[in-house]
Amino acid sequence: MDKKNREPLLRVTRRDSIAWYRAWGIRLLSVVLALIVCAFVIYAIVAMNPLKVYDAMWKGAFGTVRRSWITTRDAMMLLCIGVGLAPAFRMRFWNIGAEGQILVGGIATAACMIYLGKYMPTWLLLIVMAVCSLLAGAAWGFLPALFKARWDTNETLFTLMMNYIAIQLTSFFVAKWEHPAGSNAVGIINSGTKDGWFPSIFGQQYLLNVIIVLVLAVLMFIYLRSTKHGFEIAVVGESENTARYAGISVKKVIMRTMCLSGAICGLSGFLAVSGASHTISTTTAGGRGFTAIIVAWLAKFNTFVMILISFLLVFLEKGASQIASQYNLNEYASKVITGIILFFILGSEFFINYRIVPRHRVHAQAAQAEKEEKTA
Amino acid sequence: MNQILSLIQSAIVFGTVILFGAMGEILTEKSGSLNLGVPGVMSLGAVGALIGGFFCERNIPDAGSAVCLLSALFAALILAGLGSLIYCFLTITLRANQNVTGLTLTIFGCGFASFFGGSLNKLAGGVGQISLPTTSLAFRATLPALSKTPVFSGLGWLAYAAIVMAVVMQWVFNRTRIGLNLRAVGENPATADAAGINVTKYRYLSGLIGGCISGLGGLFYTMDYIKGTWASDGGIEALGWLAVALVIFATWKPVRAIWCSYLFGLLSWLYFYLNGLSRASQELFKMLPYVVTILVLIVVSLRRQRENQPPASLGLPYFREDR
Repeated sequence: MDKKNREPLLRVTRRDSIAWYRAWGIRLLSVVLALIVCAFVIYAIVAMNPLKVYDAMWKGAFGTVRRSWITTRDAMMLLCIGVGLAPAFRMRFWNIGAEGQILVGGIATAACMIYLGKYMPTWLLLIVMAVCSLLAGAAWGFLPALFKARWDTNETLFTLMMNYIAIQLTSFFVAKWEHPAGSNAVGIINSGTKDGWFPSIFGQQYLLNVIIVLVLAVLMFIYLRSTKHGFEIAVVGESENTARYAGISVKKVIMRTMCLSGAICGLSGFLAVSGASHTISTTTAGGRGFTAIIVAWLAKFNTFVMILISFLLVFLEKGASQIASQYNLNEYASKVITGIILFFILGSEFFINYRIVPRHRVHAQAAQAEKEEKTA
Repeated sequence: MNQILSLIQSAIVFGTVILFGAMGEILTEKSGSLNLGVPGVMSLGAVGALIGGFFCERNIPDAGSAVCLLSALFAALILAGLGSLIYCFLTITLRANQNVTGLTLTIFGCGFASFFGGSLNKLAGGVGQISLPTTSLAFRATLPALSKTPVFSGLGWLAYAAIVMAVVMQWVFNRTRIGLNLRAVGENPATADAAGINVTKYRYLSGLIGGCISGLGGLFYTMDYIKGTWASDGGIEALGWLAVALVIFATWKPVRAIWCSYLFGLLSWLYFYLNGLSRASQELFKMLPYVVTILVLIVVSLRRQRENQPPASLGLPYFREDR
């Protein structure tokens, strides 16, 4: 073969479609591969039998009833943020600002707990807090959307900066609400009266979190799949010009969707403060706003798939911190493992969307075609 | 007067960290890749410097400061380079989404750095916090002629290296064939491809070299800014995001990034030198750099001057087959 027309070693072609079980098989394979790589990494550091490592991780995440509930609670939190991000990403609006939206939602919740806790019955306070956190999150999401819609200001960078403004705002309120003085922390809010804390349902402290988030996930699934709004979001995401041609007001859709997205992220701040930690600090969001972006993206905006991925990530986090405490390492080990697994899952998408044909098979196909042509 | 001088000095030291980070990101973005993994890459560079210096100071008993300096520098460049190669491989070869890959790289890099930075000493059987006096001093060496002058007496040689690098980078972008090709790839990869420019090669190389430069920011952070120790307080991650902001602030021009980074430093440290601020209002003051960045972002999008716009294909993947 002459040098000019040399076939590349591997030829990459786009797949038209792929059966769902093969797609999921590829994803599963990537997770398994990632776990094997992680096992080597863990072995290199602590020289522990990798199988025992995963056993210890399982115990760390689901070893006791209480641990299972905490794992579930954290997975629900991640899911809630992912659900909030789904409509924005569906619209191809890069809302990197979930972290900030969670924090302002948390600030609004904490403010209600501190200032209104004494004057309201718990059920009313819960509603007020939910509404306030929704509004705060919506406002935080609306601002970048307004500028994006009007002047096409880059939303990725705008929302990113809004995170840091929210973090500083949180520091401001932490300093303001400091308790006890000099601790540089807010402490557990209303620890005596439990005003504004999520009530236990059937004796389970975190059941209300689960119910709220699952309802939201189902509603969001329906909203995106079978409402007019959901359709408009999908069209704007695919092509703004098509949307405009079809008579959809792109600006309105962008602003409306971002309000919704920010509001749900704000609500997860409410879950974090009122339903879990009962305090507020700059780590209330704890990077989950960023992790949830990956959850939403990997799930292709399907809220039910998000449940699966949220659980996987939280399981890894809890398991790795268990190993870390067993071996006296620090808890950042979980971030390393999470990163490796996400790299693998991200890479696996390529093999779902594209088909790779090695050179010798390209030749074989060409020869086959030539043969058929001759006989014909 | 002394206070003002000391403010300027801390502003320049602070600015140099993000200047390195931003220069790397400018180079990467010029080729059309929006790498949100800068905080991760900077962390990797930081921990790389720490590991390199640590092994040198521990295992080579009479190593001079030059040996430790080189070993820290190499380790930082290698780790930061490997981190950005993961990004390049996933986004360019495996065509994964740039934003999501970048964020994952940030999670991985910051976690990796905090893990090893926090437990390196313990893993090696030592006790207490890690501390690298020899290596750190080598990086903090001032220019001999200026060691007595105020402001300059506190600047390590890397601060000057950053300025030189920014000027060289701008020259390469605007005055050389390589720079022209790079900008073509970032503006319109399909056209560049048609003109015979190897888009993949340019994107890989700019990502790799950009990552190494960003990693130097991390090195400067551990060796100069916090003087050869380690802090897992997320400080370097915050600075990494500031570096991303600085790219916008400087409108993708390395020379402009020099004074912009010092301005960022000034805004970030201002609260420390204003008397009579309560702790709560200090926190509000620390918001300034981010607020200013948003304002710049808005003004840039309002004025729509052609020379201030981001590369046209920034954030978009390029595959020859997709039309």
